[in-house]
Amino acid sequence: MSLVTATIKRDLLIAARRPGEWLNPLMFFLMVLALFPMAVDPDPKFLAKIAAGVVWVAALLATLLSLDSLFKEDVEDGSLEQWLASGESLYALALGKAFVHWCMTGLPLTIAAPLLALMLNLPDDAYGVLFLSLLIATPILSLLGAVGAALTAGVRSGGLLLSLVIMPLYVPVLIFASNAVYQAGLGMVYQGQLGFLGAIFFLAVTLTPFATAAALKLNLSR
Amino acid sequence: MWDYLVRLYHKLGSPKWFYEISGKWLPWFVVPAALCLIVGAVWGLAFAPADYQQGDSFRIIYIHVPSALLAQSAYIMMAVCGAVFLIWRMKMAAWVAASIAPIGATMCFLALITGAIWGKPTWGTWWVWDARLTSMLLLLFLFFGVMAIQQAMETEENAAKAGAILSLVGLVNIPIIKYSVEWWNTLHQPATFKMTEKPAMALDMLWPLLIMVIGFYLFFGAMVMIRTRNEILQRERKKNWVKKVVQEQAAK
Amino acid sequence: MYFESFADFIAMGRHGFYVWLAYGIALAIFVFNIVHPMLQRKKIIADLKRRERREQQKRT
Repeated sequence: MSLVTATIKRDLLIAARRPGEWLNPLMFFLMVLALFPMAVDPDPKFLAKIAAGVVWVAALLATLLSLDSLFKEDVEDGSLEQWLASGESLYALALGKAFVHWCMTGLPLTIAAPLLALMLNLPDDAYGVLFLSLLIATPILSLLGAVGAALTAGVRSGGLLLSLVIMPLYVPVLIFASNAVYQAGLGMVYQGQLGFLGAIFFLAVTLTPFATAAALKLNLSR
Repeated sequence: MWDYLVRLYHKLGSPKWFYEISGKWLPWFVVPAALCLIVGAVWGLAFAPADYQQGDSFRIIYIHVPSALLAQSAYIMMAVCGAVFLIWRMKMAAWVAASIAPIGATMCFLALITGAIWGKPTWGTWWVWDARLTSMLLLLFLFFGVMAIQQAMETEENAAKAGAILSLVGLVNIPIIKYSVEWWNTLHQPATFKMTEKPAMALDMLWPLLIMVIGFYLFFGAMVMIRTRNEILQRERKKNWVKKVVQEQAAK
Repeated sequence: MYFESFADFIAMGRHGFYVWLAYGIALAIFVFNIVHPMLQRKKIIADLKRRERREQQKRT
């Protein structure tokens, strides 16, 4: 267990010293948000209709971007081999890494998105649900993303492959999360969607580390 | 009977045996497949009655439904083979999984294209975000992902393992994806009815469909065997029995 | 036969283009799925033959 907590602490410390790690996804998120009014229609009534979906798509893309580097350095500098040699549970390590990723990407997004959604004229009733949906679903994105990142860690230009591989898995999360926010904006029921997201979260947090651990072992035998 | 099946399963796990057994079985798949496909297609095109609402464009169902069913079954089979490989390290399972992937992807693509072509006269547009079509599109992405990750790995063992892991993750996700897409679609459904709904279908429309489904599955079995035989020849090329086979082929 | 004449059969009640396009694409995909592995097999066998010949030459 100590190796896992040590790794988590180290990664968080590195992230704190490299503001780019968590600022870049946020900047990207902001820019994608800005693209839609510019490319389509800045009319506030129109934006109000698409705001929920656009915020979520932008959050998803920002998450995808930051996943690429999740395991790359550890593969390259040999930390991964140390982990396997240590005999510590790769399952716990995978969980820890996903948590770190969430701290660096999902958490900032969860805090910043409700503020930035103002730019898209998100209906007033939706802000709380936006925060909730991000809080529950961004960890799912990190957990699923960790599987993809582990699979593509040693591959050249793996970032694109990573996106291709993970996209279909992200779709249900996207559907329920953006719909929850949209319905909340209309003053309609949204709890079912959030509940389903919660169920997916528990499924992900228990099962994905197995896949991530198996995928990490692949990178060791090269 | 059970013993026979268990022994057969173990035999199929040996490349040499699989090659020999599949060689004997192939004609039994290919000929019935061709028969079913021809009979089914002719029946569906020329003899089955037209649909009351959609007219003759509904005949596309005889391709769309079998390919859609096959695409989904193919993915499940690929994932199961992947699991067998990961758990019992059976090389044959990995090779069968690798053979299934491209066939499943083309079937998925066929289902999508025929769905789109069917949609045009039915709904007036080439593409509609119907629940079935959207799920099929995501299934195609899942197939592409598995094929892409196998291409990207350096060693063949890693490729097989990575493909197996990904197809299993995809397998768990498929019910979630299907549920979420159908739920999403019922919220945003257009006013027309679902085209692949199975209402009480008249028997004379159903028979050709069943025959086509059987034909598609037999064809699939034959294709998997052919592709897997290729994999076996390639991977086991150093073995003596392969060298003998090659010489026999060369003599022809 | 459901149709009155062969012309009717081809026309498919105004939907002829779509039905035949769909069946045509299906045929193309089937043909591809048959031809591609067969070509692969020929290539593999030719490759292995060549390799075997080279090995023979090395041994003699």
